[in-house]
Amino acid sequence: MASDGLLNGLKLYGSWASPYTHRVQLALKLKGLEFEYIEEDLTNKSTSLLLHNPIYKKVPVLLHGDHSIVESVIILQYIDETWTDNSLLPSDPYERALVRFWCYFIDDKLGTTLGTVFKSAGEEQKKAVSEVHENLKLVEGELQEGVFKGRRFFGGEKIGLLDIVLGCGSYWLSVFEKVADVKLIDSEMFPLFCSWLKDFEEQPEVKEIIPAIDKLLEYAHGVRQLMLSLSSTAGDPTTTTTTITGDDQGSKD
Amino acid sequence: MAGEKGVVLLDLWVSPFGQRVRIALAEKGVDYEYKEQDLMNKSELLLKSNPVYKKIPVLLHDGKSICESLIIVQYIDEVWSNKAPLLPAEPLARANARFWADFIDKKVYECATRLWKLKGEEQEVAKKEFIEIFKLLEGELGDKTFFGGESFGFVDLALVPFVAWFYAYETCAKFSMEEECPKIVAWGKRCMERESVSKTLSDPTKVYEFVLFLKKRFGVE
Repeated sequence: MASDGLLNGLKLYGSWASPYTHRVQLALKLKGLEFEYIEEDLTNKSTSLLLHNPIYKKVPVLLHGDHSIVESVIILQYIDETWTDNSLLPSDPYERALVRFWCYFIDDKLGTTLGTVFKSAGEEQKKAVSEVHENLKLVEGELQEGVFKGRRFFGGEKIGLLDIVLGCGSYWLSVFEKVADVKLIDSEMFPLFCSWLKDFEEQPEVKEIIPAIDKLLEYAHGVRQLMLSLSSTAGDPTTTTTTITGDDQGSKD
Repeated sequence: MAGEKGVVLLDLWVSPFGQRVRIALAEKGVDYEYKEQDLMNKSELLLKSNPVYKKIPVLLHDGKSICESLIIVQYIDEVWSNKAPLLPAEPLARANARFWADFIDKKVYECATRLWKLKGEEQEVAKKEFIEIFKLLEGELGDKTFFGGESFGFVDLALVPFVAWFYAYETCAKFSMEEECPKIVAWGKRCMERESVSKTLSDPTKVYEFVLFLKKRFGVE
């Protein structure tokens, strides 16, 4: 049942290319919650954003009435605990712990190494690519042997929290492959991951959230050129680049 | 490993992350077997239980392994839910508690490590950052008894093991937590009045000795 965003007082500050923003948009959509979306220019952050996320100054930020909630995995759990229909987290404590662990791993390891692939070239990039493969192997292992074995999604028959966290961002794998000219997804090496991803990306709610691939390609291309030129002058990546590599810090909670 | 009943904790005596779990188990009155780990020579059990990170703490419950201290604490809170709730009940308060525990995880340990590992200008930078981090925490604490309000909870538990490291940090970087963040020091003392905390935290002198041992090992003088 859809709830009126204005009645709920839900506002989401985000960035169109940010996978962390997509996570929250997807969760709200899956819960049937209307919300007001505010696109942030990350090179020129609004006073509202800085007011509502003074410590990290990042997107996404969810405003619920007067209260702001930040950090995508924390926001997702907040949404799940406030609107309890269509649970995103499983009910079993051990499975919940596993979901939280893999969400942490995705941001801590997979997201970070993927970012390095994107930012680098030569030997450094080669090393990062093999690290991405190692990380994907671990995820593949979970689908083959772990608690999630035999499931359509990590959440079962329906998308759950871990699907959202892993899925929103996995589209960067194919974008980076083209832009950075590397091989990241291999359906022979990661058959279950690849079939899971295909299924995830075909879900109607997901299709509505994830930007068109050519838009992402164009954006990524521009950012990579900028990053490579900056790193050759030993500079720090600009704010724009953190959208891809990690605008959200990722959390264990 | 599978099918083995009971609670086992793989840990290191001085680890603030392991101590979070020990405090949580004590608050809940859970019996468990403590297994001290040698991190220079990791046991097969540790490598099997935490193949992804190979780190402590790891909680084994009836053969199932749970990793990452804050995730373990939430697991403990959900399984032994009949007493001493660690997370608040209300979603917004829970989100706030998770935010601050996560902030502590992202900021404190890494900055504190730079405090004792570095010297000169770099150490001064780390000291400044460290004090800023704790001033933010002090702001969040305000005049409350604990971070959660009247009850000891998730954020208190996430932070309190580091109190035993204050002496080491102060000595290495030459400053006083009492001067810089008096409310945090007072909060630390209140936490120590709880048996779960006082019986878990390491002796500050022993922590300092441990830091000196690490400095030697890393060739820092």
